[in-house]
Amino acid sequence: MTEIIVVTSGKGGVGKTTTSASMACGLARRGKRVAVIDFDIGLRNLDLIMGCERRVVYDFVNVINGDCTLKQALIKDKRLETLHVLAASQTRDKDALTEDGVRRVLDELIADAFDYIICDSPAGIEKGAHLAMYFADRAVVVVNPEISSVRDSDRILGLLASKTHRSANGNGGVKEHLLLTRYNPRRVANGEMLSVEDVKEILGLDVIGVVPESPDVLAASNAGVPVILSDTSDAAAAYQDAVARLLGEELPLRFLDEPKRGFFARMFGG
Amino acid sequence: MGLLSLFRSKPNSASIAKERLRIIVAQERGGRGGPDYLPLLRRELLQVIHKYVNVDPEAVQINLEREAGHEVLELSVALPQKPPG
Repeated sequence: MTEIIVVTSGKGGVGKTTTSASMACGLARRGKRVAVIDFDIGLRNLDLIMGCERRVVYDFVNVINGDCTLKQALIKDKRLETLHVLAASQTRDKDALTEDGVRRVLDELIADAFDYIICDSPAGIEKGAHLAMYFADRAVVVVNPEISSVRDSDRILGLLASKTHRSANGNGGVKEHLLLTRYNPRRVANGEMLSVEDVKEILGLDVIGVVPESPDVLAASNAGVPVILSDTSDAAAAYQDAVARLLGEELPLRFLDEPKRGFFARMFGG
Repeated sequence: MGLLSLFRSKPNSASIAKERLRIIVAQERGGRGGPDYLPLLRRELLQVIHKYVNVDPEAVQINLEREAGHEVLELSVALPQKPPG
């Protein structure tokens, strides 16, 4: 049984691609066969975060147009054997993605017995974002504890409930989860940032993960190694927890409290 | 909380954000699922009303209420107060 998961948010820059890459790696690490697809046509970026940008020969639109086979376009990850990347096209043609084309690619991946297909949605609510979510069984809505991100996420939740294959066909709808990124427990404690509870209450969804703000995320994207593979990092641990919860494990949320600081830092720190 | 932060009295901006979000999200969810023409209908009604009375755009409320078996389109316009005298 293949599960299609869309990673979406509405707002840009909240960590969709970082999350897609890390969730895909985390699932593959647990032995699952995973394909992660970049739906951001025109602005390919997942390949960079995955560190396979120099191995892109064919892309998603090439497959849809029949310029190559799906097998030729899928890039096998060098670290994890069961992980495959399908890069976005850099065409400027907005109509390059079609519902029928996307359906054919997904059907082929399903026939090939992939366990998970992760659809990395572009920002916004245009065609790419629509098609990324359209065939999804589940959605991971990435949200920053910040006012515009929360509002945009709510808009995306509205679309998930009305403009997807599952909602249109009465298949019980898309299962939705929240994943908070750039969480800063100290600022939450100081009342400068919305807390997990606040976001949960406003959007009325369960939280599958809280990723603390961390310099490791930028370091990981600089290096082209998904942050979940940076074993000593809190962000990696948070993504590993999120993957476990996605697989049905029940784990308490971590990294919600301020790290303990020394006496001097507490007296004079801002 | 550091010693220095005792001397700074900042309002709790997170609770302001939460309150603003609560209101806007509720409002936007209310408009969802309604027919697509509702925003346009609201705009055109506002234009018509504007020809006769100078009302504030926020003074025109359109709600679609669903009740068992039928829907009610509710229009409420708060007219401006007459200037005294």
